[in-house]
Amino acid sequence: MSAPLIPNLFEVCKVLTVAIVWIVQQIIYAFAILIPPLTGLGDWLGSDLVVTLLTWLIAVTVVVIWATLVNLLTMMWVERKLYSRLQDRYGIMISIWSLPFWPFNRVKRPTHRGTGYLQNVADGVKLLQKENITPRNADSAMFHISPVLIASSTLMIFAALPWSSGFYVANLPLGILFIFAAFSLAPLGILIAGWSANNKYTLVGGLRAAAMLMAYEIPMILAVIALVFFTGSLDPIEIVRQQDRVLFALGPIGIPAWYAFSPQFLGFLIFSVAMMAEMERIPFDIPEAEAELVEGWTTEYSGMRFGLVFGFKWLRMIAGAALIAILYLGGWSGPVFATLDVGGIPVPILPEEVWFLLKIYLISAVFVWISWSVPRVRIDQILNIGWKRLIPYSLLAILIAAGFRVIG
Amino acid sequence: MPEFWINMGPQHPMTHGLWNMKVKVDGETIVDARPEIGYLHRGYEKIMEVREFQKNVVLTDRLCYVSSITWSHAYCLAVEKMMGIEVPERGQWIRVVSLELQRLASHLMWLASYGPDLGLLTGLLWALRERELFLDLIQLMSGARMNQNYPRVGGVRNDLPENFEAMCKRSIEHFREKLNEYENIFHSSKVFLMRTEGVGRISAAEAIDWGVTGPNLRACGVNVDLRRLDSYETYEEIDFEPQVWHDGGAGDSYARFIVRFNELRESCKIVLQALEKMPKSGAYRVKPPRRAEGEGYAKTEDSRGEALFYVIGDGDDRPYRVKIRSPVFCTMAATPILLRGNKLADVVAILGSVDVCVGEMDK
Amino acid sequence: MSPAATEHVPQVSGRPVAGIEKEILAQLKAAFASKLTKAETVRDRLVHVFIDRRDLVPLCTYLKNTLGFEHLSCVTAVDWKDHFECVYHVENYYNGCMVEVHAHIPYDDPKIASLVPLWNAANFLEREMWDLMGIEFEGHPNLERILLPQDFKFHPLRKDFAQEVDRQYISRRKLKGGK
Repeated sequence: MSAPLIPNLFEVCKVLTVAIVWIVQQIIYAFAILIPPLTGLGDWLGSDLVVTLLTWLIAVTVVVIWATLVNLLTMMWVERKLYSRLQDRYGIMISIWSLPFWPFNRVKRPTHRGTGYLQNVADGVKLLQKENITPRNADSAMFHISPVLIASSTLMIFAALPWSSGFYVANLPLGILFIFAAFSLAPLGILIAGWSANNKYTLVGGLRAAAMLMAYEIPMILAVIALVFFTGSLDPIEIVRQQDRVLFALGPIGIPAWYAFSPQFLGFLIFSVAMMAEMERIPFDIPEAEAELVEGWTTEYSGMRFGLVFGFKWLRMIAGAALIAILYLGGWSGPVFATLDVGGIPVPILPEEVWFLLKIYLISAVFVWISWSVPRVRIDQILNIGWKRLIPYSLLAILIAAGFRVIG
Repeated sequence: MPEFWINMGPQHPMTHGLWNMKVKVDGETIVDARPEIGYLHRGYEKIMEVREFQKNVVLTDRLCYVSSITWSHAYCLAVEKMMGIEVPERGQWIRVVSLELQRLASHLMWLASYGPDLGLLTGLLWALRERELFLDLIQLMSGARMNQNYPRVGGVRNDLPENFEAMCKRSIEHFREKLNEYENIFHSSKVFLMRTEGVGRISAAEAIDWGVTGPNLRACGVNVDLRRLDSYETYEEIDFEPQVWHDGGAGDSYARFIVRFNELRESCKIVLQALEKMPKSGAYRVKPPRRAEGEGYAKTEDSRGEALFYVIGDGDDRPYRVKIRSPVFCTMAATPILLRGNKLADVVAILGSVDVCVGEMDK
Repeated sequence: MSPAATEHVPQVSGRPVAGIEKEILAQLKAAFASKLTKAETVRDRLVHVFIDRRDLVPLCTYLKNTLGFEHLSCVTAVDWKDHFECVYHVENYYNGCMVEVHAHIPYDDPKIASLVPLWNAANFLEREMWDLMGIEFEGHPNLERILLPQDFKFHPLRKDFAQEVDRQYISRRKLKGGK
């Protein structure tokens, strides 16, 4: 029903790349008047290979910036503001009104007046200027590589995660499988981080994290297997397209055929609970339980390394919410109420990206709400729930899905 | 994996005070525990031998800084027993009001610190918000929110302000509604029950043997409340129920939590009754003699248990010996029993439910 | 969790019994007639007993097992400059009576029997008195310093350990030796 704002990321970036290459070519051709061999360089720059390569690089950069700079900051702001309002306080308030230069340096300048969007930027800058301490007897190679492992495996998810039917870097036919594989690399990074820091607390935290995350990946994947009975494919764009029709009309509102409303409802619940555990949210945040283990497996990290592992928790939350939205809540499908005509190109008022972002942020808001109202569950109780409750329920979900498939 | 000792503290975000808990773990299960205290030892008993009787109240306030009036009151009571003087009736009633307001503030601080121990950070902010109500009342009454220097040997420092009863009623009504809100995030939360039921169990016989007193003992089922058993001030004339855990499964963290939570409601009742029943005017203070000889002890129901002060005077204007018996000090001795057999993640849940205040433990 | 945890909960009424101190005093006098240096009831439900340190354990065993004094409240050590005194506050939950046992200890031999076998509450309390006053409790399972650092050499609460000499808190008259 809805239309994407960016029909094809590759094409949009190609326009940009072609423009940049043309400018560079003109400069080189201008120099080529003095040095004739440079014309060959200019021609090579305009060739297909270079343009395609540059387009890919720009597309990846756009997606990474979109995911980390825009979405990560907004998600962190949403969480911090929402939970502080739950706690009956104002919350973060550093925003552009706090900046110390003109026109904000009025004499009676209230620094804590805004909505607080720049607080996370300020925290990031603060972490950047801190000293990166390595413990003395820590396994140096592993200690330094594990934040990189966690961060890079999380960013790999966004290579295959589409933000609408056109805004993606790569559309893999086994996209969901690739995303889960990238998701599952992070527990390895967490285990290495906890173990290599030469600290009993982090060791306990890392082992707990490894045990918990491994236990909760199984029901997650089993729930998706139950879903595959219905969708028949692991391509996220295909899955969303199948949910784009109207199930039945309830008065003026048409209930869409989202998989959450179908017999997959049990799978939806299991997937959400398992995803909460994968994102290490309270009630499942025992690996970094600050009550007992100071900061858990991240205790020994300081400076921006801590910023990476700490901030990418929110990036995994975005990825997790995106997965839930794609698989069960119809992804980016939603009505586009009108289209504007911009120079002959029809631009939808509510494009697919907006619906997708709306769903991601609403799911995350529900996760934040649950997180900050419940105590944390103890590790052996978490493992009990994961192995003894969620896996049988997910097997039941597979059975139900298979049954409905047989019936028709 | 072999058993090894883990240090929880002295630098730890959630131990509520500076002390060290060494636990020996086998995987996740605790095999042994050894508390190491004394990081906050300030030499109180020695210092108090140099100050005059009244000037020691400034020190006893800071023994347990969260619950200052109860400690200073215990000291003043001990000195009054030694001197043989009696506080006038209105002074006793005002003392009861101040003690119960302080008990409310102290228990709310406990609640605020118990939530984050379990991961429920919302509980911290809600409980501290309510504690502000009582700190405001205490400030109106005595001039300071904490460490008030309010009890005097022979009474209290000043009379209650005008309109105090109306202000108390308003605050307590607001507070009672909020208590129902707390039940939503604490009592009705399945995760909270999972974390606290059956955890940190101690039997009644062991508790009495190891000197555990106060709400911790009442949670084991033993009906001992010093405000009833060994009444002081005007507690005899007030109608309240010592909260004792009657059902099975006594002695675990959940029982201690419920007992302390219900004491919040009881303290509200006591404050309102005391404000009604007290004589509307009268002396609230007598002047004690400057020099005193003899000995006296006073035991009171502090927010954390039985606080006992033993004061010996030898005719000088300052005490010869002051002994402070802290309830948390004796409960610390029982921590190996409380912790053995539980998981490492339960240490904070158990120690939080026992309500440790390091100031009174280390003197 | 706790070894040999009996589910026996003492049935305590929670209310004091008036006049119980006279009975307790009479029973103590009957059982330990010669050994009590002094015994009296000071006020409601309070009995003072003065004994020598040798008779401490039999008296306390009698208090606990026969008279039902199950709660050891406090262990205090006082330095009277010519002798030490160990004061034990023992409480009975069933009738609200408190017995204050003063045990006389000679100055040059600061040792006394430990009450840990009777009441485990004595564990930390006696350690504190060893730490601060230097009285050795024989039979204590773990007599170490508890509040002060392990390598502290002195026992600060003794009267020969110098008091603070800050003139702000000690008047000039006193510093010059007056009263």
